Amino acid sequence: MTALDLTRDERTVRRTSGPVLGMVLFVASEAMFFATFFGAYFTIYSVNPVWPPAGFPRLEPGLAAILTAVLVTSSVTLQLGVRAIRRDRTRTLLRWLGLTILLGVCFLGLQLYDYSQLGFGVRDGIFGSLFYVMTGLHMAHVFGGVVFLVLVLVQGLGGQLSDASHDSLEAGAIYWHFVDVVWICLFTTFYLAGLS
Amino acid sequence: MAITEPRTTGRAPEPQPHWLIQWLTTTDHKRIGILYLLNSFAFFFVAGVFALLMRSELAEPGRQLVTTNGYNQLFTLHGTLMIFLFIMPVLFGFGNYLVPLQIGALDMAFPRINALSFWLLPVGGLTILSGLLAKGGAAAAGWTSYAPVSEQGGAGQDLWIVGLVVVGTASILSAINFIVTILRLRAPGMTMTRLPVFVWSMLATSLLALLATPVLTAGLIMLFADRRLGAYFFNPAHGGDVLLWQHVFWFFGHPEVYMLILGAWGIVSEILPVFSGRPLFGYPGVILAFVLITALSFSVWAHHMFVTGQVEFPFFSATTELISIPTGVLFFNWLATLWRGRLRFEPPMLFALGFIALFLVGGVDGIWMASPAMDFAIHDTYWVVAHIHYVLFGGTVFGIMAASYYWFPKITGRLLSRKLGYWHFWLMFLGFNLTFFPMHELGLRGMPRRVADYLPDLGWSFLNQVATAGSFVIAVSLVVFLVNVALTLRRPRTAAADPWEGNTLEWATSSPPPVHNFDRLPEVRSNRPVWDLRQRRPAEEQA
Repeated sequence: MTALDLTRDERTVRRTSGPVLGMVLFVASEAMFFATFFGAYFTIYSVNPVWPPAGFPRLEPGLAAILTAVLVTSSVTLQLGVRAIRRDRTRTLLRWLGLTILLGVCFLGLQLYDYSQLGFGVRDGIFGSLFYVMTGLHMAHVFGGVVFLVLVLVQGLGGQLSDASHDSLEAGAIYWHFVDVVWICLFTTFYLAGLS
Repeated sequence: MAITEPRTTGRAPEPQPHWLIQWLTTTDHKRIGILYLLNSFAFFFVAGVFALLMRSELAEPGRQLVTTNGYNQLFTLHGTLMIFLFIMPVLFGFGNYLVPLQIGALDMAFPRINALSFWLLPVGGLTILSGLLAKGGAAAAGWTSYAPVSEQGGAGQDLWIVGLVVVGTASILSAINFIVTILRLRAPGMTMTRLPVFVWSMLATSLLALLATPVLTAGLIMLFADRRLGAYFFNPAHGGDVLLWQHVFWFFGHPEVYMLILGAWGIVSEILPVFSGRPLFGYPGVILAFVLITALSFSVWAHHMFVTGQVEFPFFSATTELISIPTGVLFFNWLATLWRGRLRFEPPMLFALGFIALFLVGGVDGIWMASPAMDFAIHDTYWVVAHIHYVLFGGTVFGIMAASYYWFPKITGRLLSRKLGYWHFWLMFLGFNLTFFPMHELGLRGMPRRVADYLPDLGWSFLNQVATAGSFVIAVSLVVFLVNVALTLRRPRTAAADPWEGNTLEWATSSPPPVHNFDRLPEVRSNRPVWDLRQRRPAEEQA
């Protein structure tokens, strides 16, 4: 008996499967990871008399609002996909999943464009350091999520997903929503906080 | 799911690959557990040699063996390797081997992730050590790597950062694996309140690793960004905050010390009842103490930062003192377990008793240091070195040795020599106290930690000589252990399934266990299923 059989047997008696529970725990760990950066942000904010420090523009939320809309929409489309597979509609799932991946790629492209328009860099001062390290790590997480979802898509195209067996998608969705929430926190902190 | 009946496979036996390939590609939790133990003891050896070099340098005033920079590298690598590549993984190694057995499971929940988290360890450890080949040498900012010192230094410091991120990732993956295994794969009847204490300790350790390690990873990324990307997180000249590193590091670092000790508490709480012939006194109290300490450990970090003057003294002093309450509960439970027991002084028991005595000293040191007034006097002196070693060496390493003697027959099918075990214990106990007890006094006399040299007229020379002599006694005791292991491994496998009259499920299967762990799993009706089995069916047991 392999470990795969093991988890499969478990699922029949308990609701949350091992892989999904594993992803919930991983997301908890990731939450602490990003929380540390937010802690650093607000610590540094509190020791600086002027914020953003001299030489940094107040960030315009225009393009970032579009980024937010793209990522939130992608969470919705992914959840519609999850709903479809729970009703065993694989083709519907694949469509929603494809759209989610597309939106994720859009987010990455748009954010790189946003970077090019900002006019400051990581070396220009503490605000630049915080901004690029925090949003950059988030971007890396979006990239990781896209890769994960592409792998799930490949599974789906190979006919390996069904209402009885789609842990990879459920786990991927939990991760994707988490990354979405982190972006909303980043957007609020960098673009909205301090707007009067 | 647990197997309750013998299994038969219909398939013909496949040709076996070379034994080396089998070990390199294994996903069996027992083999991975053994790999963890071997890897950890290898790093223990390296870090121990570094310690002996430091003690040799400090044996008398004047510099004899190493440069000051070389000395800085030695204590940095000694601390880093001992903590991240010996103690932490050796506990996870015992956990890997024992948790599935103790809960009656076939394997860990994610066997391939399990293999990954093991193999990341030698990669991370060797990355850190490879700094020795870099220009300017290895990392030299101490295992705590405070900014701004850690913002300087050469490639060795970067390799230290990268290596620790790799090792931290391994810890997080292991933690997820342990938690899912313990929550999902318990045998029928193995409720959470019947879970062996060691499994509880691994669950608490995993929770801490899951939530605290990412904080270190985040701090390391900030440090790396400062060093290599030109960021300013810890640079006040450009709006950063130099104390931020200490906050981030200790927010991870204090839960970390509980990750390093909880497993040993679990080990001792398994061994004392077996060799006292009594159940563990106050099982729910022990579990509650574990849970409380796990929770409280996130609220005490700034007691490492009292001398900065920038933290809330009453809060961090009070939360630190609070931890001594559940820890005290543990001591009373252990003593009450021994009380009126039929004590058998086998080597595992001696190491467990040694653990209680030495950890008590380290714990009392800690209570004293939690007072800011006291802390100002002894901060960064040898007092702190004494404290950390009484907790981590007198505590955890004695626990690890107890575990090694206790579970060696289960893992290898052979009992270690009792006589050599006694020699090992008494030499180590003597050497340990010779080395580290004088450090209390050295600290009170003002000797700072992390210095390569001291003046002859400060009155520190004699105590330093005693400590150095003690460190070589410890080394001799470990040679005795190594000889014991080597001699024992050459003997035939004669250990019974249950040589100590144990309580937990690993003793219900053969020594060593088959690949699938259990041919037949006993019913679990209490937290001592194998003891129950002996009581219910004494005749069958003997047959």
